[in-house]
Amino acid sequence: MKRFKADLHIHSCLSPCGDLDMSPRAIVRKSLEVGLDLIAVCDHNSAENVAAVIRAASEKTLWVLPGMEISSREEVHTLAIFDRVDQVLQMQEWVYSRLRGTNRPELFGDQVVANEFDEVEGFNDRLLIGAVQISLAELVTQVHRLGGLSIASHVDRPSFSILSQLGFVPKDLTLDALEVSVHTDRESARKGIPGVEDYALLSFSDAHFLSDVGTASTSFLMEAPCVSEIRLALKEQEGRRVLS
Amino acid sequence: MKVGEIQNYLNLELAAGARGLEKEISAGYCGDLLSDVMANAKKGGVWLTIQSHQNIVAVAALKELAAIVLVNGRAPDEDTKAKADEEGIPILVSPLSSYALAGKLYGLGIGRIEE
Repeated sequence: MKRFKADLHIHSCLSPCGDLDMSPRAIVRKSLEVGLDLIAVCDHNSAENVAAVIRAASEKTLWVLPGMEISSREEVHTLAIFDRVDQVLQMQEWVYSRLRGTNRPELFGDQVVANEFDEVEGFNDRLLIGAVQISLAELVTQVHRLGGLSIASHVDRPSFSILSQLGFVPKDLTLDALEVSVHTDRESARKGIPGVEDYALLSFSDAHFLSDVGTASTSFLMEAPCVSEIRLALKEQEGRRVLS
Repeated sequence: MKVGEIQNYLNLELAAGARGLEKEISAGYCGDLLSDVMANAKKGGVWLTIQSHQNIVAVAALKELAAIVLVNGRAPDEDTKAKADEEGIPILVSPLSSYALAGKLYGLGIGRIEE
C-alpha cells in the first residue's frame, strides 16, 4: 500500500477565472515542486486541457486524473473525476449539450486551450462560467454512469456550494465525498455543516493561480492512483483509507 | 431615477462602483441564481441579490444593469468591489430583505407595471 498526496481540484488556463500562467507544463512543474503525487485537472464545465496536462506529465513522477468542475442548474459546483480521457470527454459532450451561451472574454476571462508544450491551440467560446441545465441529482447519476467520482466542491463556501445554494446536503444525493476549501479545516466543517455526517471530507486547493497549487491536499493510502482505489479509500475498505 | 437618488431615498450604503451613481434605473430584478439573472434581468435594471461573489459584477456588466444591491446586509468580497470599481457598476448594501426592498423600489415607481 502506498501513500498518495493528492490535489484533485486544479483549474487550468481554460477556466475563465483561471490564471493564464496555469498552462499544462507549469501545472505539472508546480505540482512536483510542492510534493504532490496525484492531481486532477478540473476546469469549469470543460475538459479540453486535460489530455495536454496528462501528456505533459507522461515522463514525470506525477499522476494526472482527468476531471471537470461542473455547475448544476442550482449553481452547485461538483467535481467529476475519471480514470480515462475518453470518459471525461463523454462527460464533456453531455455537459456541452446542456450548456447555453457564448463567452465574453472581456467580462469573464479568456478560455485558453493549450497543448502539452504550453502553446495556445485556440480559445473555447462557450459560456463555461454558466450553469448546466441539469439538476445536481441527475448530474451525480451521470458521473457515476460513466464510472467517475462525484465530489461536491468547497461545501463550506458562501458561493456555488451545496450549502449556499441548497442550505444543507440533501439526504438522497449519492455523492462520493465532499470537498472543504482552504478556508475551513475538516474538523470544523464536520461540526458546522448540516448533512455531512456520512461523508468523507477532503481538502483540495481549487487552484486558479500557480501559487495555489497544493495549498490544500489530501493523502490517500491505496494501491494505485485510480478511481476504484480512491472509492475504496473513501469507504475505508480493504485497508485503503484517507490519511490526512 | 438615478442610482444615487435611490441610494439616498432608501438609505443604502455604497460599497463600490461610485463612478456609476449617475446611471439611470429603468427596471428591477430579484434573483440569487446568476443563470436566472442572465436570462431574465432587463437592461438598466437594479438587481437585488444575496450573492456577493465577483461574478455578479460580470453578470451586471453583461446585462448592462444600472446597479447591484446586496440585501440582508451581505458584504461584497474584496475582489467583487475591485471589479465593480473597474466596471463602474455601483454595489449598494441594505439591511432589508429582497422582498422589503423591492416593495420600496416599486413604491418609488421603479419597474412599475402599467395596468
